[in-house]
Amino acid sequence: MLKYTFRRVLVAIPTLLILIIISFLLMHAAPGGPFTSERPLPPQVLANIEAKYGLDNPLYVQLWEYMRGIVIEFDFGPSFQRKDRTVNEIMAQGFPITFTYGGLSFVAATLIGGTLGIVAAIRQNTIIDYFAVGVSIGAQVLPNFVMAPLLVWLFTLTLGWLPGGGWNGGAWQNLIMPVIALSTSYMASISRITRSSMLEVLNSNYIRTARAKGLPERTVILRHALKPSLVPLISYLGVAFVGMITGSVVIDIYFSTGGMGQAFVNSALNRDYSVMMGITILVGALTIVFALLADLLYAWVDPKIRY
Amino acid sequence: MNTQTEIKGRSLWFDARRRFFQNKAAVGGLVALTIIVLISFIGPYFAVWSNEEIDWDVMGSAATLGMPSFANGHFFGTDDLGRDLYSRVLQGTRVSLLVGVIGAGISVLVGTVYGTVAGYVGGRTDQIMMRIVDILMSIPFMFVIILLLVVFGRSLTMLFVGIGMLSWLDMSRIVRGQTLTLKNKEFVEAARATGVSTPTIIRRHIVPNLLGIVAIYATLLVPAMILTESFISFLGLGVQEPLTSWGALISEGAGTIRYDTEWQLLFPLAFFVVTLFSFFFIGDGLRDALDPKDR
Amino acid sequence: MDILDVKNLSVTFDTPDGDVHAVRDVSFRLGAGKTLAIVGESGSGKSQTAFGILGLLPKNGHASGSVRYMGEEILNLPEAEMNKYRANKIAMIFQDPMTSLNPYMRISKQLTEVLVYHKGMGKREALRESIRMLEAVRIPDAASRVHMYPHEFSGGMRQRVMIAMSLLCGPKLLIADEPTTALDVTVQAEIIDVLIDLQEDLGMAIILITHDMAIVAGTCEDTLVMFGGNVMEYRPTIDLFETPQHPYTKGLLEAVPRLDRDVKTLSTVSYGFLEGDEK
Repeated sequence: MLKYTFRRVLVAIPTLLILIIISFLLMHAAPGGPFTSERPLPPQVLANIEAKYGLDNPLYVQLWEYMRGIVIEFDFGPSFQRKDRTVNEIMAQGFPITFTYGGLSFVAATLIGGTLGIVAAIRQNTIIDYFAVGVSIGAQVLPNFVMAPLLVWLFTLTLGWLPGGGWNGGAWQNLIMPVIALSTSYMASISRITRSSMLEVLNSNYIRTARAKGLPERTVILRHALKPSLVPLISYLGVAFVGMITGSVVIDIYFSTGGMGQAFVNSALNRDYSVMMGITILVGALTIVFALLADLLYAWVDPKIRY
Repeated sequence: MNTQTEIKGRSLWFDARRRFFQNKAAVGGLVALTIIVLISFIGPYFAVWSNEEIDWDVMGSAATLGMPSFANGHFFGTDDLGRDLYSRVLQGTRVSLLVGVIGAGISVLVGTVYGTVAGYVGGRTDQIMMRIVDILMSIPFMFVIILLLVVFGRSLTMLFVGIGMLSWLDMSRIVRGQTLTLKNKEFVEAARATGVSTPTIIRRHIVPNLLGIVAIYATLLVPAMILTESFISFLGLGVQEPLTSWGALISEGAGTIRYDTEWQLLFPLAFFVVTLFSFFFIGDGLRDALDPKDR
Repeated sequence: MDILDVKNLSVTFDTPDGDVHAVRDVSFRLGAGKTLAIVGESGSGKSQTAFGILGLLPKNGHASGSVRYMGEEILNLPEAEMNKYRANKIAMIFQDPMTSLNPYMRISKQLTEVLVYHKGMGKREALRESIRMLEAVRIPDAASRVHMYPHEFSGGMRQRVMIAMSLLCGPKLLIADEPTTALDVTVQAEIIDVLIDLQEDLGMAIILITHDMAIVAGTCEDTLVMFGGNVMEYRPTIDLFETPQHPYTKGLLEAVPRLDRDVKTLSTVSYGFLEGDEK
C-alpha cells in the first residue's frame, strides 16, 4: 500500500509541473505582452513595468521564477490588471465560496445518486427503478447551465421562494439553487453507474453463492453486494469533482455567488493572464490530488491492488 | 442455443441493424435528429428575417412585441435587439452540430490511431503513450480551452483546436483496451502464426472489430462535444456574434428570463434537449445492438 | 425415506424472444448417503435443474413440479423459509471457483457467517469450526490462511474453500455443479477424492452434475442423462454403462477417450437420434 501510494505521488508531481509549463507558455504565446492590450503605453513606462514584473528576463528565467514561487512559497505572483492585488488574494477570496457549494453539491450528488442507483437495482423493474432510470436519463440533458436558469424561473420568478442570486455569507436560501444546478447531472450519472454496477454484482456468481448459503436478502445486499457495487463509483468521483469545479464557473456567473469561477471569467474577459494561470494551476493541482485520493481509496477497497 | 443455429448465416452487422431498429427509443432518436438536421438546413428558406437583421419595430420592447407570432414573421419571437430568433436558432443549431460532429470526428481519428498503436505495439511504447494520456487527462481542460480562447482570440477554429485536444483522450483509452483484448484473441494469433504482416493484421483484423465500440462511443461523444461548446458559449467565451450557438442562445435567454421573455430560453433549449436526447438514445441503441451481452 | 424426491420438475425462462423451457419434467429420487450423477452436454439443463431445486434461478426463471426434502415440499417456498434449507440442509457448490467467492471479503468472514447465521454460533467458535473444516478439505496451514482473500488462493484451493463452506452446517445433501470442470486434471481428482471422503464421514447424499463420464463410473450409484432439458435415461450407473439404452447415452459413452483402444479419431456425439423427432 505504501509503495503504491509512493508510486502514485511520483506520477502526480511531473503532471503538475507540466500543467504549470503549459499554462506559462500559453500565456507567453499570446500576441503582445500583458500590458499592450488596449491603450498603448509609452515605451519607457512599459519597460519600467516589465522590469518590475521581471518580464525583461529570458523566458526560462521567468518560468523558473514562476515555478519556484508557486512550489516553494505558494505565491502565484501579482495580478496584471488589478495592480493593487496579488493572484493569491483574488483566489483566497473565491475558493472558500466555491468549496462551500461545490462540496455540498458533491456530497449531495454522491449520496442521493448512490442511494437511488442501489435502490433501483435492488428493486429492478419496479416503479422505483423506472423513476430512477427516468431521472438519470432526463438529467443527462440538464447540465448546470440549463438547470440554473430553469431553477431561477421556477423558484424565483414564478414561486418567489428563493433569491435569484448573491452569496449572502452562504445562507441556505442562497445555497439551494447553486447546489441543485451543479449536482443534478452528476447525481444522474452516479445513480446510473451505481445501478448498473449493482445489477452486475447481483448477477455475479459470488452473490449466487451468498444466496445458496441461505443468508437473508438484507445481509446478502449489505454485506456482500454493497462494497463491490460501489467500486466503479470511486473512479467516477474524480471526474465528478473536476466537472463540479468546472461547473462552478457557470454557477458563479449566473448566480453571482462570487466564487473562483467569477474571478476566472472576469480575468478571462480582462485578459488578466496571471489570475487565469493561477486558477488553472490551482484547479489542476486539486484535480491531481483528488484523482490521487480516489486511486488510493480504490486500492484500499479492492484487496487485489492493495500492497 | 436454439437461437444460435437460427442466426447462423446472417452477418453480425445485419443482426445488429435488426436489433437497433427494434429499439423504439433509438429509432425515435434517429428520426428526431434527422428532423432537426433537416430543419436547420432547409428551415432558413422559409425564414422571413435573416439572423442578422434587426426588426426596429420590436427592438427594446421584446417582452411585449417580440413574442412568437406568424403575423410578423418571427416564428420563435425575437431577442431584445429585435433579431429573429427562428433564424438565430437555426443558425446556432448548425454551429453546435458542426462543433459536435467535427469534435467527435477529430476524436475518432486521433483516438483510434493512438489507441490502436499503443495497444497493439504494447510494452514500453504503450506505457509511455498511456502515461501521456494520463497526464493530459488530469489537466483541467475546460480552463485551458478558455485560456486558449482568450490568448489567441475567440474563433471557431480555436474552439475546434481546444475541443479536439480534449476529446481524443477517452477514445484512445477505450480503443487501446479493446485492442489489447483483440490482440490476444485466437483469430489474431492465428493470423500472426500464418505470417500475416502487422499492418495487415491491424487493418484486416483489429480495426474492423474496433468499429462497433468506436461507433458507439463516437455517438456519445457528439453530445459531449456539444455540451462542452455550449458551456464555453454560455460563459460568453465561445463563438462570436453575429454567429451564435445553442450555448450562447441559452445564455442570452437565461439572462433575459427576468423580463418575461421565456421563448428566448425555451426555443434554443428545446432544440438542445431534443438533440442531446436523440444522440444518447441512438448511442444506447447502438450499444445494445452491437453488444447484445448487455440485454 | 428418500432425502430428495423430485417429480416433474420443469424450469422456464421468460426472455424477450418468448418462453424458453430449460428443463422439462425431470423426476428422480435420492436415498440418504447415495450419489446421483446428472450428466449431459453444456446447456442440457443440468445446472438449471439444480438451481430450480434450491430456488436460485434468476429473476426471469421459474420452476414448477414438486421437490420434496425428507417428505416436505420445498419447491417455490418463500425466500425466508427456503433460507432455512439452504446450506443448512441442502448445500451447493458451483462450477467456477474463481468467481464464486466474494473477492472483497476475507475467507474467514465468508465461512463464519454461515455458522453464525444458521447455528447461532459466536464468532470465535465459528472461526474454530471453520478452520477445522478447512483442514478437513486438506488445506494446509488453514489457521493462518483462513484470514486471506480469495485471490490469494489457487483455483483448486478455492474450490476446497467452497466445499468447506458448503459443508459447515453438515447438510444432508450436497449439490455439486461441475465442481471440477474449471480445474486442472490433477486437481480434479483431488477434489473428487475430498468430496468422496467427506461424504463417507458426514453420511450425506450428493448430486454430482458433470460431463465427465469417468468420474460418474467411479462414484455414482445412479445416473441421469439429460439432453435439451429432457431426461434421456435414468438408471443405475452400472446398467447404464453396460447396456446404454438411448442412442444419446451411447454416443456420450463412446465420446470418452480410452487408452485401451487404438483409434484414429476421437468420437463425437452424433445427434442422429433427433431425426424423426418432431423437431
